[in-house]
Amino acid sequence: MRSTTTVLTFLFVVALTTFAVIVVWPSTPYRYLPGDFWPEGRGLKIAGFERETMRLGLDLRGGAYLVLEANPGADYDGDIEQAMEGAKDVVERRVNAFGVSEAEVQRASGNRLSVQVPGLTLAEAQDLIGRTAALNFMTYDDNNNLVPATGVINGQTIAMTGSHIRNNTFAERVGTTYAVVFETTGTGSELMEQITTKALQYPIGSDPRNFLVVMLDGEVLSEAAVQAVISDSGQITGQATFSEASNLSKQLNAGALPVPLRIVQSQEVSATLGEDSVLDSVKAGQVGLIAVMIFMILYYRLPGVLASGALLVYTAVTLLAFKLVPVTLTLSGLAAFVLSIGMAIDANVLIFERMKEELRRGRTLNTAIDLGFQRAWTSIRDSNVSTLITCLILYWFGDQFGAAPVKGFALTLAIGVVISMFSAITVTRTFLKMLLGTPLARNRWLFNAAEVRRTSATTRPAAESAGD
Amino acid sequence: MLDFAGKRWYYLSFSLVLVVIAAAALILWQLRPGIEFTSGSQFTIEFTERSVSQGEVRTAMSELGHPEARVQGAGTNRYLIRTKELENAPPITGGEGPAAEGEIDTIIAALQEEFGALTREDFSTVSGTVSSEIVRNATFAVLAASVMILLYIWWAFRELDRPIRYGVCAIIAVVHDAVIVLGLFAILGEFNGVEVDVAFLTAILTVIGFSVHDTIVVFDRMREIMKHDAYIPFNEAVNSAMTDTLARSINTSLVVIFTTLAMLLLGGETIRYFLLALLVGIIVGTYSSIGVSVQVLAAWENGDFGRFWRRIRGQREPDDELAADPV
Repeated sequence: MRSTTTVLTFLFVVALTTFAVIVVWPSTPYRYLPGDFWPEGRGLKIAGFERETMRLGLDLRGGAYLVLEANPGADYDGDIEQAMEGAKDVVERRVNAFGVSEAEVQRASGNRLSVQVPGLTLAEAQDLIGRTAALNFMTYDDNNNLVPATGVINGQTIAMTGSHIRNNTFAERVGTTYAVVFETTGTGSELMEQITTKALQYPIGSDPRNFLVVMLDGEVLSEAAVQAVISDSGQITGQATFSEASNLSKQLNAGALPVPLRIVQSQEVSATLGEDSVLDSVKAGQVGLIAVMIFMILYYRLPGVLASGALLVYTAVTLLAFKLVPVTLTLSGLAAFVLSIGMAIDANVLIFERMKEELRRGRTLNTAIDLGFQRAWTSIRDSNVSTLITCLILYWFGDQFGAAPVKGFALTLAIGVVISMFSAITVTRTFLKMLLGTPLARNRWLFNAAEVRRTSATTRPAAESAGD
Repeated sequence: MLDFAGKRWYYLSFSLVLVVIAAAALILWQLRPGIEFTSGSQFTIEFTERSVSQGEVRTAMSELGHPEARVQGAGTNRYLIRTKELENAPPITGGEGPAAEGEIDTIIAALQEEFGALTREDFSTVSGTVSSEIVRNATFAVLAASVMILLYIWWAFRELDRPIRYGVCAIIAVVHDAVIVLGLFAILGEFNGVEVDVAFLTAILTVIGFSVHDTIVVFDRMREIMKHDAYIPFNEAVNSAMTDTLARSINTSLVVIFTTLAMLLLGGETIRYFLLALLVGIIVGTYSSIGVSVQVLAAWENGDFGRFWRRIRGQREPDDELAADPV
């Protein structure tokens, strides 16, 4: 009685589920499951395509979220669009330079940037983004006061600062200390040449006017005697450790912000709170899943068992989609997923109710399955489309002001709805059809369809009774 | 077959009472807006050294220059504190050096000095410019969702007579559900200090989606019945569709309630009210698919509203209208 298509689909579902379970199996299963004998999951790795762990949002892994707004001021006459793109690049470089994994910098509505930095506190993130290397070159004047080192180009006096060096600096070991090696820009090289030439007029090493001082953020970083004329490149010495030198180099490379930015919204979640939320949600999901399965089996009997199986397929495949896309899971996203388990069952409930009606009308199981699916399809389609419309609008709404949790919720729910339609229509149906021809299929009690004689209204649509 | 359409006034009166109570609560107390809608700061701290009472925290905050701070318990020895926008946002400009220490750090340090070790679990702050934009976008999101759902139903039921009525009735049910959930949160806001935030808005939009979902299942059954027999009396089609889908409505809702309840009881503290809004919305949404959308449609198709209007204006009943009502 089973058709080849059914068997093939069944094998496909089994293969897909096995693949999904292997890929989504957690790397630390003992945290979610009782007992400690579970093997550790490894995720998926094919050449450059790597999906080892679920991508978690800030509220689940801890971190900082900031919205920065550009404050160009009334007299700003540059192209603000360009300045914002520039600011985004600078913030991105600063965040990435410090090895923050999966940091996200996005343009938001208005002149805003939304920045997500996982694993850092707000103060650290603020420091990271806000810190710019204000590098100044100084010399001593005749009265032994520290003044900016200047040069004259085209009749204009220009101070030598960090903006006149190229952003390809690097850290290097010099004797027992470390230094940052830099190259100057065109203007920078002229300035440096004038400054060092002037310094060389004084006795090397003994006269303070021979010294060149490098200051970072108002603090003296290094002080060295000028030995020769410097123009194209130089080094800032006096860094105690390599990481100090390397940090300075990164800050210099990141450059300055083209527009001033102000924090208009910020949020911080500690990593422990995030971890608790993950564990709580997983536990809630497990309990919810088991409750749903018990209910379905008690109420629908054999189809309920099959629907429970389909629900497990649904769970595995949805998690697979989350991992592969990858969807950034947030707390509200997990809630959406748990909610979508309920919605996934809805399609099954609709189909089983119709199937039961058809069985009670005396149809064969095969016909009842087909009719049940056919009749339930329009309501499954229309009701899920309305949910998808809501998801679309939620996603747009979240995107407007960079509200990651809202976007996460919408995306998670939408993926859940789409996969639930696949699960109900393909998976449950295939499971049911696999029963055809077995003794189970002939047992009406297992389908809860034994009591054929009830009131005519519940077993036959009014349309027919009116027509008789 | 159960007679739903004939008893429509019982269902509608019950809903009307609920909506009136909810609307009254909304008008009387209004929603307590969270910082996303008003601007301000909010943080959660947990005292790890000794147990500290809510009153102590409140007094301390007041002494720190924040008499407006609202302190709310969030678990054992954990408090959620809301204040006006804290000065933690110095301009990030080029060449400024390290970011200045924010006001939050001063507060935490002072609290630490007074009550011993504590951990700051989260902190968020929203400025006025952002919050007004969020309110505008939120309003637009709800309206856009409603209009698009209305249009979709109108299109999906185009084979029936007056399909726009189906869309309008689904939206009436949606408004009914939303008002009741909003009313509940107005009450919770007044008596428990519960605030509405962006997560709450997400919950409302989800409830809207779920409510329409339920309504469409009943409408779909009516569509099938009426296509099968074009001459079936409208009320009979309503009753038959409702009877057939009743088991499904209740079962599906039970399943969603199981999962939401599991999240509510076991899930994190942070999304408790988000889940409560969902739970209540789902229960109300299930009721409204039985007691509101289809009943309003039945009343409309039976000409009840016109009759009601004429009675108010003291006009006479046209006799032929009575035949449409099988009760």
